[in-house]
Amino acid sequence: MSLYLAQISWLHRLPAGLKLFCLAIATVLLYPVKEVGIISLAVAVTLGIYASLGRSGLAQLKLLKPLFWMMLAIFALQYWTMGLAEAWILLGRMLVLILLANAISMTTRMDEMNAVFQFLLTPLRWLGVQTQRIAFALSLLIRFVPVLVSFMHALLAAWRARGGQRRYWQIIAPLVVQALRMSDQVAEAVAARGGIPKIKN
Amino acid sequence: MSEITKDKQVVQIAIFAALLAALGFIPPIPFATGVPISAQSLGVMLAGTILGARNGALSMILFLVVVALGANLLAGGRGGLGVFAGPTAGFLFAFPFAAFTAGLLTRSLSGKFSLTIAAGIGALVGGIVVMYLFGIAGFKLVTGRTWLESLMIMWVYIPGDAVKVVLAAVVTGAVARALPGTYANK
Repeated sequence: MSLYLAQISWLHRLPAGLKLFCLAIATVLLYPVKEVGIISLAVAVTLGIYASLGRSGLAQLKLLKPLFWMMLAIFALQYWTMGLAEAWILLGRMLVLILLANAISMTTRMDEMNAVFQFLLTPLRWLGVQTQRIAFALSLLIRFVPVLVSFMHALLAAWRARGGQRRYWQIIAPLVVQALRMSDQVAEAVAARGGIPKIKN
Repeated sequence: MSEITKDKQVVQIAIFAALLAALGFIPPIPFATGVPISAQSLGVMLAGTILGARNGALSMILFLVVVALGANLLAGGRGGLGVFAGPTAGFLFAFPFAAFTAGLLTRSLSGKFSLTIAAGIGALVGGIVVMYLFGIAGFKLVTGRTWLESLMIMWVYIPGDAVKVVLAAVVTGAVARALPGTYANK
């Protein structure tokens, strides 16, 4: 359930914090750019990064597919009102920012990203927020996605077995009820184990 | 608030975020306008109407964090950092605010109207008004179009979302009847 590519590349080896910092810089620098040349160079560099990850890297360009029609509409509208250069600047900038951000998700494990996230929460800790609850909630969330998806499939199968047609939104109320019931049980189990673990420091 | 109650809320927030992910896996229903409607934005409305303003919003933030960490849990298998740079990123940033508004309105109106009606109004204002305000603002920021042009590209999704408002109202009523002890937003 993640975009991570299990392989070794130069981009995998860079620390997550450094990659995120570079992304932030690139976003800030690229946002005000109005020159066709710079945008084209940025697109070329970005595609180069994907190519350097090998065939599996280039295959990840498929992540743009759901955006295709919207991108096309934006490009067409911009072309029609402002001209080709403006349309390319807009489209190119959008592509670069989305692809660079995706490249980080593809080459950084979720636990590395989480370590950066927990570090970013440090100021909250100073304010007295119990950030271990946030870390605990994240791991619960990741653990229970497959459970809830299996609930959903079971309800869909039962709905079809009863001859249910396309109105399968009818499973949503029972799905929510099951989720809330399970949440009560999990909360009891957590309480029985002495509550959410506290930070040791 | 006791530690046990707090822990219970943390669990509820996490499991509702997981529910939002599961709703993204329900096969999208093709709608009259040709735009498939996904159940995920229904989940945003339900987070507010069922968990309440604060916990609903926290649950949505938790969901967005896990997406940003790289999980592809958005409807259609999208996810990762890239979705926060795309033209529809405004809708994602709207999730917590939409849930908060839906929760607040449901709670404050449920004295005057039946819970179903109150949740319907909450889902309408949170799930459509707030959601599109953020969504269109984000689209405008990324593409530099005007408000009107942005709305024209987005309008195809509104009929599907109107259906979800009705569903959110009905589901909220049903859940409150099924689990009167757990339903928290009253």
